[in-house]
Amino acid sequence: MSLAAPGAPTRDGPLRRLSDLFMRRPRLFLALLLTPPLLWLGVAYLGSLAALLAQSFFSIDEFSGLIVREFTLKTYGELLQPANFDIIVRTVVMAALVTLFGGVIAFPIAYFAARYARGRVKALFYLLIMLPLWSSYLVRVYAWKLILAKEGVITYIADHTGTRGLLDAWLSLPVVGGPSLSISYTGTFLVFLYLWLPFMILPIQASLERVPRSLIEAAGDLGADARKTFSTVIFPLALPGIVAGSIFTFALTLGDYITPQIVGSSTLFLGQAVYTQQGVAGNIPLAAAFSVVPIVIMGIYLTVAKRMGAFDAL
Amino acid sequence: MPSRPPLSVTLAAAAGLLFLHLPLAFIFLYALTTEEKSYQFPPPGFTLKWFAVAWDRPDIWQALGLSLRVASVATALAIVLGTLAAAAMARYRFFGREAVSLLITLPIALPGIVTGIALRAALNLADIPFSFWTIVIGHATFCIVVVYNNAVARLRRTQGSLIEASMDLGADGFQTFRHVVLPQLGTALLAGGMLAFALSFDEVIVTTFTAGQQQTLPIWMFSELIRPRQRPVTNVVAVMVIAVTLIPILAAYYLTRDGEAVEGASK
Repeated sequence: MSLAAPGAPTRDGPLRRLSDLFMRRPRLFLALLLTPPLLWLGVAYLGSLAALLAQSFFSIDEFSGLIVREFTLKTYGELLQPANFDIIVRTVVMAALVTLFGGVIAFPIAYFAARYARGRVKALFYLLIMLPLWSSYLVRVYAWKLILAKEGVITYIADHTGTRGLLDAWLSLPVVGGPSLSISYTGTFLVFLYLWLPFMILPIQASLERVPRSLIEAAGDLGADARKTFSTVIFPLALPGIVAGSIFTFALTLGDYITPQIVGSSTLFLGQAVYTQQGVAGNIPLAAAFSVVPIVIMGIYLTVAKRMGAFDAL
Repeated sequence: MPSRPPLSVTLAAAAGLLFLHLPLAFIFLYALTTEEKSYQFPPPGFTLKWFAVAWDRPDIWQALGLSLRVASVATALAIVLGTLAAAAMARYRFFGREAVSLLITLPIALPGIVTGIALRAALNLADIPFSFWTIVIGHATFCIVVVYNNAVARLRRTQGSLIEASMDLGADGFQTFRHVVLPQLGTALLAGGMLAFALSFDEVIVTTFTAGQQQTLPIWMFSELIRPRQRPVTNVVAVMVIAVTLIPILAAYYLTRDGEAVEGASK
């Protein structure tokens, strides 16, 4: 192929010629750009997901413990056994509670950051919300093990403020109680709430930033008081942000298997079930079937969220 | 428009932020305690000896070394792959563009355990033994999106006219990339790379599925949390992990703070 068009500046060297080729054929260049990342994600990631899906249709031979590589729905059937189904329900309820309370705690922070913080304070707010998001996950779980331990700081505070009776009463309750906070659902709940809070704050703040000032002023001019403005103008406009945040808190709670193992009672959550099945039990098909559950739940959740306009708030 | 926030909002916001940051203080406190069998509060006494004990533990050094190596290689891979993807997505419109965008974000959109078990299932199906590279594959997969997010945000703000001007003045594509695009992209890549490093250094969920018997620092810590040996030593390591991840995060923030480039919400 001759590259030098008449009158064009002389182009020498293989690099220049290659560069010209790319200029004339942007599609070729695009293909070259996209091939390595797509190859990586396609093979390493999509390939793995396909392998996961395939394994969930296999079953395990109960006598030999070996994986039978034949198509069956038996493994999915096992999910409906009471013990396994309880795990799914328990995890979904926990995820829903964490999401609900996360929204309640996150909203004032997001509201303050979006409407009142300016300049340096705003930068500081952003940093304070973002730092925990990126800092060590395991260390943050561990911090709560220290705090919630029976001999730890919460018991100390309860002892010195005369609220020990209240703490013991809470711990003696069925379901939410336990021998100590670090061995109870309450503890697991608190840690999840703490871990995922930044994921809730950021989208809410983003959606609040986009509420036009003129709308709020218009509501005031039309006679709405602060409360009415909030409930009829600000909150509905912030709703997509809340839904977007809930996607994170919900998905992250569904898939976590570390937190309930470090802080929590001995009953399993979904992630732990996956982990134990693939590890100790060596039952990769059941582990795979278990891990399809959060994918399906999140698929439904995302479809609903999309209808509510949550993706525009991301 | 009220310029002063209501007291209740201020208090709720302050309490929320306190809830978000206070717990880490206890990690530091307990790294100095003299009590090694329990988490007694307040600590009966304070000592610096656990730092010396941790220093002399070969298992910690080994785990740290593996974590640093994995994070370096995974970050390098993620920078290359993430930048290529960002260049394609920022400059071109093509069929299947949405699907590519979804594919890039999927590894962090799905719960980490799904990525983990999927890789584990694939290794199992293909009979690949666990190694350094199996850990790297997992980490690079979810680090790509971090670099991508930073690079694509910067490329969108880079003016196309600058590139055209460079070409009009006779520079070829490579020279334009070297002298015009790269200087603008540099800090975004550095920031993305640092975040990817922090993410990889700290990762435990995917790693447990792809590491086999190898111990990265987070896996070492995880096993110490399940079966504690010397609790204050774990705290010393935790303090170190906070330091190692905090520095790149802060640096990344200062490199990109004049834009919306740090995609915090999409970890």
